[in-house]
Amino acid sequence: MTETTPTGDNSLLEATFATRKIGWFEKFVGPENFRILVGLLKTPASIIGLSLILTYVVIGILAPVIAPPVKPNADPYSIPRDGFSSDPKPMGSEWKRNKPPEPFWYKPLTGNDKWVHLFGTSEGQYDIFYYVIWGVRTAFFTGLLVTFATLVIGVIYGSISAYYGGMVDNIMMRLVDVLMILPSLLAALILAAVLTPRIGKSLIPVMTALIAFGWMGYARIIRGDILSVKERDYVLAARVVGVKDSRILFRHIIPNAIFPTLVLASLAIGDVVLAFAALSFLGIGTEVGYADWGQVLSFARNWITALDQYWYIVVWPGLALVFFVMGWNLLGDALRDVLDPRMRGRS
Amino acid sequence: METQNEVLLKVDNLVKHFPIYRGVFQRQVGAVHAVDGISFDVYKGETLGLVGESGCGKSTAGRTILQLYKPTSGSVDFQGVDLATLKGEELRHMRKKIQMIFQDPYASLNPRMTVGDIIGEPLMVHNVATPKEIEERVADLLNKVNLNPAFASRYPHEFSGGQRQRIGIARALALQPDFIVCDEPISALDVSIQAQVVNLLEDLQAQFGLTYLFIAHDLSMVRHISTRVAVMYLGIIVELADRKTLYTNPLHPYSQALLSAVPVADPVVEEKRKRVILEGDVPSPVNPPSGCRFRTRCPIAKPGVCDASKPEFREVDPGHFVACHLV
Ligand SMILES: Nc1ncnc2c1ncn2[C@@H]1O[C@H](COP(=O)(O)OP(=O)(O)OP(=O)(O)O)[C@@H](O)[C@H]1O
Ligand code: SF4
Ligand SMILES: [Mg+2]
Repeated sequence: MTETTPTGDNSLLEATFATRKIGWFEKFVGPENFRILVGLLKTPASIIGLSLILTYVVIGILAPVIAPPVKPNADPYSIPRDGFSSDPKPMGSEWKRNKPPEPFWYKPLTGNDKWVHLFGTSEGQYDIFYYVIWGVRTAFFTGLLVTFATLVIGVIYGSISAYYGGMVDNIMMRLVDVLMILPSLLAALILAAVLTPRIGKSLIPVMTALIAFGWMGYARIIRGDILSVKERDYVLAARVVGVKDSRILFRHIIPNAIFPTLVLASLAIGDVVLAFAALSFLGIGTEVGYADWGQVLSFARNWITALDQYWYIVVWPGLALVFFVMGWNLLGDALRDVLDPRMRGRS
Repeated sequence: METQNEVLLKVDNLVKHFPIYRGVFQRQVGAVHAVDGISFDVYKGETLGLVGESGCGKSTAGRTILQLYKPTSGSVDFQGVDLATLKGEELRHMRKKIQMIFQDPYASLNPRMTVGDIIGEPLMVHNVATPKEIEERVADLLNKVNLNPAFASRYPHEFSGGQRQRIGIARALALQPDFIVCDEPISALDVSIQAQVVNLLEDLQAQFGLTYLFIAHDLSMVRHISTRVAVMYLGIIVELADRKTLYTNPLHPYSQALLSAVPVADPVVEEKRKRVILEGDVPSPVNPPSGCRFRTRCPIAKPGVCDASKPEFREVDPGHFVACHLV
C-alpha cells in the first residue's frame, strides 16, 4: 500500500496538450468561453453581423475622407448646409453654397467633377450624405458609451446587492423592480425632456436619460449570477485555503459570473442606438444639423404626406440605422444562442 | 484504548442550525437542525470515519468544524485554540493548518484558473513563498499526487474526475496542514478510480503525518481507511468506536442496520448475513423526533422509554460510545 498507482493516461494527455499555447484573450474570457467565441466565428449569423459592424467601423474611421468637412478645422459633426430654403432637394442636385472639398475618390468613381448632394438635402438644405456618414460615429459613440456606463453601474449595483445580501439586497432589488416596471423609453423621454432645457441641446441629456433607465437589467443578472457562483464549491475551497474576501470576489466570483451580463450588453448596443434615434426623432436631444441619424429622420415628420417625393430623407439614414442595429443584433443573438444552453445548465 | 494518543481536535457539543425565514418581513419561522450537538475527539495521525445517510449533516459538521459555517453553539478546540472564537485574520492564519477535500471534483476547481494557479493560490495568499518558489512547490505537489508537473499551465476542464480530485488534494496539501476534512472525496468517482485515490490519501498520510476526518455515506467506503468510525443520524452521532469494534460488534440499532447492508468478502459469512431493512423515511431535520431521533425507524424502539428522553452519548466500553436507551 506504499506504492500509489499512477493514473496511466498522463502521457496521453501530455501529448495532446504539448503544443497548445494559451493566449491572453483565452485567459481573459476563460477556456470554455474562448472555445465558444472561436466557434461563434463559424456561425453565418454572427459572420454577417460582424461584417456589418466592421463595415461601419471602417466608415466611421474614414469619415473625414469619405465626406470631408467644409473647412479643415470646422466641426465635422455640424452638417454642412447648402442654403436655407425649406424644400428638400433631390439626390444628385448640385452643391451651390458652402461647398466642401470634393473627396479624392469622387471623380474617379463617378467621372463627375462637381460635388453633388449624393443623397439629396433635407429641409433647411442639410446634406443627407454627410448625415449618414458622420452619423456612424455618433451611433458608435452613443451606443458604446451608454452601454458601457449602464453596464458599469449595473454591475457595481448588482455586486453590492449580492455581496451584502439580507436587508440591503432586499431594498436595493425592490428599487430595481420599481424602476423596471416603468416603460423605460417613456421614462427616458421624460427625463431627457426635463434635462434638455437645463443643459441645452446636445447628446448629453438623451444619453443621461438612457443611462438612468438602462442599468437595471444588468444589476439583476449579475446579482443572480453572483449569488449562484457564491455557492460553488470552488469559492468555498478558496475560503478554506484562506483567500481574502476581496480576492474571492474579484478572482473567483466575478470572472465566473460576469459573462452572461457581457452578452446581454452586447445584445443591447443596437437597442440603445435605436432608442437614441427614437428620442432624437421626437425632437429631443441634439441641435438641428448635428450628425445624428435620428435627428435627420425627424425632418420626415414635417413631410410625412409628401414622402413619396422626398423618400430619400428617410430611406438613407433609415437604412444606415437598420443595418447598424441589425449587425449588433445578429452578433448578439448568435452569442446568446451559443451560450444559452450552457447558462441554463449552470446555477 | 487511545489514552496514550495525543488529541489534535476536540469537538464539543457542536450545533449548527440553519434558520428558515418566511414572508415579507423575513421572520424566522424555524430552523434546519443540521448538526445538533456532536462531541468527539480526533487523535493525531488517525483517520476518523464519519458515516451516515445523505442529509444527516455530515458535510455541515465538516464545514462547521472548519468555521466555513459559524457554529450556532459549541466549541472546536484545535491544538488548544477554540476555532469558534477566531475571527478575520486569526482564522485565516489558522486555515494553514486545517484543509478540506471536496466531494465533487468538477465543482471544486475554479474553471477560470489554471491548475498551477489553483494549487499555488494558498501559498500566494499567505505570502509564504516567492513566485519562483511557488512554481517549484506546485511542480513538487503535482508529483506528490502522481500528476505530471507540466499540467500546471492547463485548465481543470482538460482533466478527468480522478485527476481533478488529485488537483484538489494537491491544493489541500500546499500549506502543509496537520488536519484534513475529506468530504466524501471518492463518492463522485468511478469505482476503478476510488481505490487509487484512497491509496494516495493513505500514502500522503503516512508521508506527512496527516490526520483525516473522512466523511462517507456508507460503511464500506471507510472500512479500509478508518482508524475509528463515527455513525451519524439526523444531526447527532449515535455510535463511535474503533474500526474493529464497530464492524464486529456494533451496538446501536442504526449502526447494525447500516452494517447489515455492507457485503462481506467471506462467502460463508455473506451467506448468513442478515439484512436489517429500515422502515420509513428519515424524518425532517426541521422537526426532529422527540426523545431518541431514531425511534421512528428503530426496529426495537420501546414506547415510553425511547420517546421520553434523549439517550445520552455514553462510553459503554473504553473508547466505545453509544447513544441508545437499550444498550
Ligand atoms: N446552507 C444551508 N442552508 C440551509 N440548510 C442547509 C444548508 N446546508 C445544508 N442544509 C441542510 O442541512 C441538512 C444536512 O445537510 P448536509 O449537507 O450536511 O448533509 P450530508 O450528510 O452532507 O448529506 P450528503 O450525503 O447528501 O452530502 C440537510 O437537511 C440540508 O438540507
Ligand atoms: S433509544 Fe430506543 S429508539 Fe433510539 S435507538 Fe435505542 S432503542 Fe432505538
Ligand atoms: Mg455532504
